[in-house]
Amino acid sequence: MKITYREAIRQAIRDALIRDQRVFLMGEDVGAYGGCFAVSKGLLEEFGPDRIRDTPLSESAFVGAGIGAAMNGMRPIVEIMTVNFSLLALDQIVNNAATILHMSGGQFNIPLVIRMTTGAGRQLAAQHSHSLEGWYAHIPGIKVLAPATLEDARGMLWTALEDPDPVLIFEHGTLYNMQGEIAADAVPVEISKAAVRRAGTDVSLITYGGTLGKTMLAAEHLAASGVEAEVVDLRTLRPLDTTTILDSVMRTHRAVIIDEGWRSGSISAEISARIMEGAFYELDLPVERICSAEVPIPYAKQLEDAALPQAATIVATVTRMMGGHG
Amino acid sequence: MVRIRRFEEKCAELYSASKIRGFLHLYIGEEAVAVGAMHALTPEDNVVATYREHGHALLRGVSANSIMAEMYGKQEGCSRGRGGSMHLFDAAARFYGGNAIVGGGLPLAIGIALADKLQHRQRVTACFFGDGAVAEGEFHECMNLAALWKLPVLLCCENNLYAMGTALKRAQSQTDLSLKAAAYGMPAWPVDGMDVVACQEAAQRATLAVRSGEGPCFLEFRTYRFRAHSMYDPQLYRDKREVEEWKKLDPIATFENRLTTQGVLDDAKMKRIEDEVASEIEKAVAFAEAGTFEPIEELTRFAYSAEKPE
Ligand SMILES: Cc1ncc(C[n+]2csc(CCOP(=O)(O)OP(=O)(O)O)c2C)c(N)n1
Repeated sequence: MKITYREAIRQAIRDALIRDQRVFLMGEDVGAYGGCFAVSKGLLEEFGPDRIRDTPLSESAFVGAGIGAAMNGMRPIVEIMTVNFSLLALDQIVNNAATILHMSGGQFNIPLVIRMTTGAGRQLAAQHSHSLEGWYAHIPGIKVLAPATLEDARGMLWTALEDPDPVLIFEHGTLYNMQGEIAADAVPVEISKAAVRRAGTDVSLITYGGTLGKTMLAAEHLAASGVEAEVVDLRTLRPLDTTTILDSVMRTHRAVIIDEGWRSGSISAEISARIMEGAFYELDLPVERICSAEVPIPYAKQLEDAALPQAATIVATVTRMMGGHG
Repeated sequence: MVRIRRFEEKCAELYSASKIRGFLHLYIGEEAVAVGAMHALTPEDNVVATYREHGHALLRGVSANSIMAEMYGKQEGCSRGRGGSMHLFDAAARFYGGNAIVGGGLPLAIGIALADKLQHRQRVTACFFGDGAVAEGEFHECMNLAALWKLPVLLCCENNLYAMGTALKRAQSQTDLSLKAAAYGMPAWPVDGMDVVACQEAAQRATLAVRSGEGPCFLEFRTYRFRAHSMYDPQLYRDKREVEEWKKLDPIATFENRLTTQGVLDDAKMKRIEDEVASEIEKAVAFAEAGTFEPIEELTRFAYSAEKPE
């Protein structure tokens, strides 16, 4: 079956709504408008305004309402248009969703899923293009997912809804139109494990979400010149699957992390540190990182492209690394 | 009211003795508000409170023992020692916590009420917050949502005229807070927060409306805290005379007088109440003292769930 990433998520939401009466979708323009990325198109007609609930522009209130509803027996899916706007709900996510289970001594679970878009690449300028999932991965009490494939887009939501803890799902904005084959009976997927998307022996390319495609492209390109790159798709940024990362590095002895977030204080810094802590003596070379330039993401195409990790940069970096210690 | 007052006086004493640490916010002077409002609720209803919530928790049926143990940081506490004075929680009592972010409990209350509405339950969610919260954006977002979606929430604003040291008139362009709420299209009215009967009557009326599905109600309880904001506050921002004036309206003393005049209460009855309360508090302190600290190995427990709840 050939579908888009967008359709995969829509199917997942629809499935969830059919399977469990406690599930409802809430967010700005999810109903009448059909979702600002058309993810929820048609769902209002099918499920009605109670379950496909349009909200006013009140990020803090409706995210917090999702938390309250989850505490009182529902399984809400809250959609925030983009990660940039989630900052208006940061208080609810960080101070309530992430803390209440612990602060209540285990009494109140928050089985809430928050979906939002992230990332650049569509010339939307700084206030619509940032990749802040790494920030969220800093916070204990929440889980952070980044589906990069159709299977994950389709399967992660259900697993996330079954999870007793708050789960944030980051959908990269450039992925919605991605098309591919997916089994008609695609199933829920594990959300605690990274996946090796391409096996290789020479270098580990560690990435997630929107940069997985560019990384796979780079790996194919490298293969043509005889360098076999292993591509690790993190899938989950919190909790990080350190085992899969280290296993890969033990095989390849070289690592490059590709992350659309900024380098300073980023998830790539965390991964680099874990490799250093867990596989230092296995490394032939220092870990390298390919991140976004440390600027607000610009509008102009050539500037935006230059700000983001690109397949060419990955190829150049790996080639340089291999040349040094080939 | 006497129970809350004496409980908190004991807390202040224990704080000075370093038995209780952290922030401690006392409700002394404001007891009529919680007592009156809670009187209108049933055990099926939900309560969301702030960090000044010892009274609310006690009234909700959270045991004095487990509240005191919580303030001692013991694992027998209602939040296993992880919350302290500002974060009392009790799922069985449908007490959704003390929230220490000003305004932060409002969205939760909206969501809790939404869940009830979606599941066709008749519950009311009472949300307590101070006048300080009214200046937060979250307050306005939530008032709009509550009214727009006709949610069963009883919004209980405890207007004690100060947000820490900032007087209401220095923080609000419109100091009549029920007018603000009314602008969102919900019934809203001020209540004499020093008069427990007035509080109870207002809450009864409001709860009835909320329960019948008419949407939210906003009550502005005009009250006063007799003590400092927290145990660290030297109260440089208000006049001692002002405090003395308000103390003449002490909700306990005035109610006691009224009942005595009506012949409902006498010294013997009052003594019995005081004795019962004293004994309960004494037991709570003993319970907390005898409590145990959670082993350090349990530190990260409950950051995430160990298993799926059902
Ligand atoms: C969002 C936020 N800002 C600031 C504070 C610090 N703070 C704690 S209590 C308080 C005053 C709140 O006053 P009010 O809401 O009137 O409640 P009261 O203490 O009078 O009961 C402030 C500013 C906080 N806890 N949360």
